[in-house]
Amino acid sequence: GGIAGALPRSAAAQNSLEPNTFEEITNYCNYYEFGTGKEDPARNAHRLTIDPWTVRIDGLVDKPGDYSFADILSQMTVEERIYRFRCVEAWSMVIPWNGFELADLLNWVGVQSNAKYVAFETALRPDEMPGVSSRVLDWPYVEGLRIDEAMHPLTMMATGIYGKDIPKQNGAPMRLVVPWKYGFKSIKSVVRISLVEEEPPASWNVANPREYGFYSNVNPEVDHPRWSQATERRIGSGLFAKREPTLMFNGYEEEVAGLYDGMDLRTFF
Amino acid sequence: MVDQINIALRRVPAWVLYLVAPLPVLTIYYLGLTDALGIDPAKRIEHELGLWSLWLVIAGLAITPLRRWAGLNLLKFRRAIGVITFFYLLAHLLTWLVLDVQFQNVWADIVKRWYITVGMLAFVLMIPLAVTSNDLSLKRLGAGTWRGLHKLIYPIAVLGALHFLLLVKGFQWEPIVYAAIIVGLLACRVRLNRLPRFRMSRQT
Repeated sequence: GGIAGALPRSAAAQNSLEPNTFEEITNYCNYYEFGTGKEDPARNAHRLTIDPWTVRIDGLVDKPGDYSFADILSQMTVEERIYRFRCVEAWSMVIPWNGFELADLLNWVGVQSNAKYVAFETALRPDEMPGVSSRVLDWPYVEGLRIDEAMHPLTMMATGIYGKDIPKQNGAPMRLVVPWKYGFKSIKSVVRISLVEEEPPASWNVANPREYGFYSNVNPEVDHPRWSQATERRIGSGLFAKREPTLMFNGYEEEVAGLYDGMDLRTFF
Repeated sequence: MVDQINIALRRVPAWVLYLVAPLPVLTIYYLGLTDALGIDPAKRIEHELGLWSLWLVIAGLAITPLRRWAGLNLLKFRRAIGVITFFYLLAHLLTWLVLDVQFQNVWADIVKRWYITVGMLAFVLMIPLAVTSNDLSLKRLGAGTWRGLHKLIYPIAVLGALHFLLLVKGFQWEPIVYAAIIVGLLACRVRLNRLPRFRMSRQT
């Protein structure tokens, strides 16, 4: 896949970012279905069965159906994208993802013109996911994007990290990656993608609408009620590493700011 | 069994606690500096020291009920536990200030963020207790006033539990369990027969 051709120039320049190590990326995860501790997913996610894996694509699409992960992969061009990853908890990493553009998948199944949003759902397997016995959130985990956000060339479905299959704790076999939004928008282990007309529910937004908005774009000027979003701690840069300033739209302002023209980002946070 | 423990403990002076108290915090920092605390050592150190502070608060509050209901006498260790609690709270606070937020917007955080306001208040209330944890202060204040002052540990414990409850994301059991233990230990101190007696004395 030709990454240089597919990406705007400034995003390609992100490739000069120093990625975190595979060990850091795969041992520091928020995946509450496997426990609320950062190391719980790495410890527990091995129980997840990912083969076979079926993704239901339905709603306002021309070709709805249950697609096997292998079928989807055979239709897509996998490329590497090195993206910043900013968690709502004010830490960040740089991750070399492998995957394909979500737009390619959506175009393949054919999006109907009245589709305004895309809804996503994570697998819910109480037998394999020890974390779901506790009602931290209202399972299954769901997320949503506006259709223009979903079709944006930066938005991808990740299937790998560092050229290896994406580890289970990071959302195997296939997860969303929206680099200008807080990490929780990038829903893991996707089993359902629905094209819909109304804004779909998003788990954290439902759980605490005051703290987590539907959009959840990275924005140093709009604080989380319980902590500042102005700066972030870059994971892996040592115990005494200085906090770094958080960039508007996580550094992807040039590419995505236009999506939100005329919107008050304090209201639509 | 309890008698044997009490007899054995009689030979252990309270200052032994001050000798062992730095070990956990030193171990935590040593592990953090040697990359043995996982991917995000700063946050982990902060969290561990916060948990140690809570455990110490609980240990201090457990002494009276243990004596009353189990016959276990740990009274002479209580002041040392209190002083050590203060230093763990201080270490927790300094870790937050230096390694985590790095002195950025600290005042704004204290005023704006509830869990920080509550945690900070607990620390501030702890200062007079730490300062008066010596025989001279006890003598100067008089036993009654001193004891009254040190009942501040009750609201401090509640604030500590609240601090943990307010900071987690989503519904989580761990802070609820700590809050329940603290509330339980405080409830042990409410003697039900006190209430009617108090009312009667008011009528006269």
